[in-house]
Amino acid sequence: MAAALLVELQDVSKRYGDGPVVLEHVNLSAEAGEFVSLIGPSGCGKSTLLRLIAGLSPVTRGAISVHGRTPDEAAAELAFVFQEPTLLPWLTVAKNVALPRRLRGLPPSERAAVTRRVLELVRLGDRLEAFPRQLSGGQKMRVSIARALSLAPKLLLLDEPFGALDEMTREHLNEELLAIREQQAWTAFFVTHSVAEAVFLSSRIVVMAAGPGRIHTEVAVPLAYPRTAATRLSREYHGLVAEVSRLLRSVEATTAAR
Amino acid sequence: MPKRLLHLLLPAFTGALFVAIWYAIRYAMSEEMRFLLPTPGEILAALHDNRDALGRAALNTTEGALLGFVFAVVISAALALALSLSSLVRISLYPYLMILQMTPVIIFAPILVLWVGAGIKSVVVITFLICFFPLVVNTTQGLISTDRNLVELFRMYRARRLQEILHLRVPAALPYFFTGLRIAATLAPIGALVGDYTAGSSAGDGGGLGFQAIIYSSQAKYPALFATAAVTCVLGFVFVAVVVSLSWLALHQWHDSYERADT
Repeated sequence: MAAALLVELQDVSKRYGDGPVVLEHVNLSAEAGEFVSLIGPSGCGKSTLLRLIAGLSPVTRGAISVHGRTPDEAAAELAFVFQEPTLLPWLTVAKNVALPRRLRGLPPSERAAVTRRVLELVRLGDRLEAFPRQLSGGQKMRVSIARALSLAPKLLLLDEPFGALDEMTREHLNEELLAIREQQAWTAFFVTHSVAEAVFLSSRIVVMAAGPGRIHTEVAVPLAYPRTAATRLSREYHGLVAEVSRLLRSVEATTAAR
Repeated sequence: MPKRLLHLLLPAFTGALFVAIWYAIRYAMSEEMRFLLPTPGEILAALHDNRDALGRAALNTTEGALLGFVFAVVISAALALALSLSSLVRISLYPYLMILQMTPVIIFAPILVLWVGAGIKSVVVITFLICFFPLVVNTTQGLISTDRNLVELFRMYRARRLQEILHLRVPAALPYFFTGLRIAATLAPIGALVGDYTAGSSAGDGGGLGFQAIIYSSQAKYPALFATAAVTCVLGFVFVAVVVSLSWLALHQWHDSYERADT
């Protein structure tokens, strides 16, 4: 028996005002527990697609359902991690993580335990009272992820969260993200520019093309979870990275030819 | 440590040099003109002799400056909030705020006395007008310069408008607000002095430092006039020091302007 569909996009198109068409005829679905990466040349609308699923922007045509509801109705079940850490510089790490629940009106007594737990999950349990400017780029991103996890989301949307970090930090955070996922059952949509990152994290990679943005191919990633640093050494992993890179190059070639 | 010592010695040296030049000029003047430039010693003596009058005047000026300053802070904050919330209000009012900021209030001081009456009322109004514009311009700028990513984050959390203002826009505007507050703090004692200079009266408890300056000037008590300037200087210093301390309290933990190498 197939798992229930968590996210379903039916013939979605997006255009901002009279501007060019950003996304055209996108059909995409994800089952609960999947880790779906969106990859493609710049201008393929992958970030826009994520924002549509988050309900941050309305679709021009088509429909999106999250758990059978509109993204806006499902807002309480999803969390978004932006490219930037987007921390409030005047709040401590703990208060930053507690912010979304504070805005939802939860009393402080109910916030503290969860805040501590998610910060321990991202290995920042000892930096509760630090201010963002005292943290490194990687630590700030960890706080941002902890803040998203504090909402106990069913669906986690990540828009190139590690794009600004160095390679080593990025690999570490990739491993940590998967380790956390072993403990918490959320479904992820992950936008990235990095093929290696997409292969390492995902159960499925959606390769997108630009002009207008659309889905080109979907690639299943049959590597078994849990994945660790050792996974990157396997022949299978390297084969998949090569395959997705090849697909991406051909997509970019056809985009450039237009 | 030698660097610290240098930071003490150098200003002490320039200070001594300054006083030496002061005396040199004084003794280069002809005997009958020397009363125009009192020596630091004479000024200190005048400060001591007139301590009651100057103290009372300083209190009156402080009262006027503080009232005008506080009114300016409260009303400018409310107006800045209105300006930041509605671009229509902002577009219709902003050009005039800029023009009014450029308008020298001092020119209107004599007529303000006629409008609101002599004494502390005029002093407060003039201080208010001088402090108001840098405050409203800076605070408005702060309230509309909120990081767009953070605004998006609040939208994502479906924060209510009031929550966005209280938890995001107001704290984000604090550094701008304190910039305006620092400017206003240097202007407040000057505004009160100018107000007192034109509108001060000996009615009641005898006017402020501006009024005192007129008296000493008309009586050719120049050491006392210099002493009045010194008291005003101290008053201005206190105003700025209080605002700088408040600013430090509000910002030092998180704002980049107080960056320390502690990471």
